[in-house]
Amino acid sequence: MASRSRIADGAGKYLSLIALSVLLLLMLFPLYMVTINSFKTEDGFLATGPFRLSTNLTLDTLKTTWKSTEYTTKLLNSLAISLTTALLAVGLSLFSAFALGIGKVKGKVLFLVFFLIAVMLPSESLVYPMYYFFKLVKLYDTRTSVVLFTAAFHASFGTYLLASAFSAFPRELIESAVIDGCNKLNLLFRIVVPISMPTLSVLFVFFFIWTWNDLFTPLIFLISNAKQTVPLAMALARAEHNVTITLQSSAALLGILPCMIFFILFQRTLTKGITAGSIK
Amino acid sequence: MAQTSISPDQKYARSGASRTVAVARKSASPYRGYEVFLLPGVLWFLALIVAPFLVNIAVSFTKWQGVGMPIWTGLANYQKAFSDSTFWTSFRNNLSLIVAMTIVPTLVGLFLAAFLFDYISKKFGAGVTSFFRAGFYVPQVIPIVVAAIAWRWILQPDWGAVNSLLRAVGLGALAHNWLGDPATAMPSIMVMMVWFQIGYPLVIFMAALQRVDPELHEAAALDGASWLQTFAYVTVHLIRPEIYVVILTTMIHALKVFPPVWLMTRGGPGTATYVASYFSFRNFFEISNVGYGATIATILTVIIVVITIVYIRVQTQQQREEGLYG
Repeated sequence: MASRSRIADGAGKYLSLIALSVLLLLMLFPLYMVTINSFKTEDGFLATGPFRLSTNLTLDTLKTTWKSTEYTTKLLNSLAISLTTALLAVGLSLFSAFALGIGKVKGKVLFLVFFLIAVMLPSESLVYPMYYFFKLVKLYDTRTSVVLFTAAFHASFGTYLLASAFSAFPRELIESAVIDGCNKLNLLFRIVVPISMPTLSVLFVFFFIWTWNDLFTPLIFLISNAKQTVPLAMALARAEHNVTITLQSSAALLGILPCMIFFILFQRTLTKGITAGSIK
Repeated sequence: MAQTSISPDQKYARSGASRTVAVARKSASPYRGYEVFLLPGVLWFLALIVAPFLVNIAVSFTKWQGVGMPIWTGLANYQKAFSDSTFWTSFRNNLSLIVAMTIVPTLVGLFLAAFLFDYISKKFGAGVTSFFRAGFYVPQVIPIVVAAIAWRWILQPDWGAVNSLLRAVGLGALAHNWLGDPATAMPSIMVMMVWFQIGYPLVIFMAALQRVDPELHEAAALDGASWLQTFAYVTVHLIRPEIYVVILTTMIHALKVFPPVWLMTRGGPGTATYVASYFSFRNFFEISNVGYGATIATILTVIIVVITIVYIRVQTQQQREEGLYG
């Protein structure tokens, strides 16, 4: 009796692992397709179709796509926009959360509610006036416009999250610092920031990834090829390179690579951050 | 740090400051005077969020092509919206996406999280569990553009994976033009969004499960509860806060969603896959019906805000009731 249940237990164990793996393979199938087709030549693709592997591997497809989409420019654009926006948003969140989470400001709850509402607003309810305004001040089709606009959104979320975190900041540290004659700027940068570094870095990673993957804002504010971000370039290139799957694939793969690199580097930080926001 | 020999009061007295200043200084809290730090964030917020929002609402009461002057039309746009079949199609599609992005992923995420956490991690260890969790989260990390490209191939009528598979197992009759047929276009996008969204609840719930006391599970097992009963009555109850957050955030996302529709079908075929945000976008930038676009955006915003307020009210109510009864 005991050995039967142990075998059943062992079988059940491996069965569930197999089931889970199948599910995972199904989940990652789209990624698999994009990857294998990026390394095929046109002939190789015609021979094997889009779903099977090919022995005829080449880097030429990737190289062609890199050049034809001016990938380097797009990569630098995305990098510049995402880095600046993330830094700016973290900075704004830090200052606002410092006031709301650590200081005692009148109407604190009202401020937080407003910031939270901003996070919920659809971009469409803001975009046209911004579009009109940016055109007016000749900031249309600049990366600056994207940075300014996106930072506002992320800073709203960041303020809310950080204010929550700061309200749990140990008061004794603050009070002893003030007694020691610490002014507010020193308090912020010498005490609060170093201790809150994990939360701040998580926030930075979030903002970076969200900005990088943002399609809508660059779609509206960036018109010329030279200013486009990577996801935008890929979305628009699709219409042109409609025929060759291999070229589309390689464009897609070039779009994934930066994200996968970030994901792998920051996987731990990400999961810590997701829970930090929700548990509060 | 060594105690200063002069108290703050004496310092001020010596510096010649008035007594009132000394008194005020003594009772000054370290928590006052932070307003200045709010200034950058609030100014930014006012300029880039509040101002355009209010202007947009104003524009929603006008007829405007984006050039020249807007013409005031009062509630005409709103009346048009409520009798516009495209508007109702968009609204219906957003509701479908709530099913695809909130209901299904939350349920699947719950079970998968419990399965990974309770069963897989005990039988195969933390490494394997993390591997699966990361794998299921990947769709959330890759740009939606890439996902859309890949899914378009999968759904391609002639050589796409779905149809090829159906034909290979003899079910060729079921093969469809998934994105080109109005009847299957929206469901296809829904399937893709389920795929996209599963990782998010999974990760959050798995983290939440880590704070559940395993002794509670043992107690339930001792009382004779099956795994399903323990799961439904103990586990789910304990990670309620996270479930609430997931439901709210995914619901709002489903109402705001734009890229998948724009990338997969451009709202087509016809208007079959229109969603509110896409409809608004089209009015703004493709047919230059700016006033109407603003109207749709405003209606969408109102819906989102109302849902959120109601949701939070219900949630706090439930939590208050639970507080009374343990």
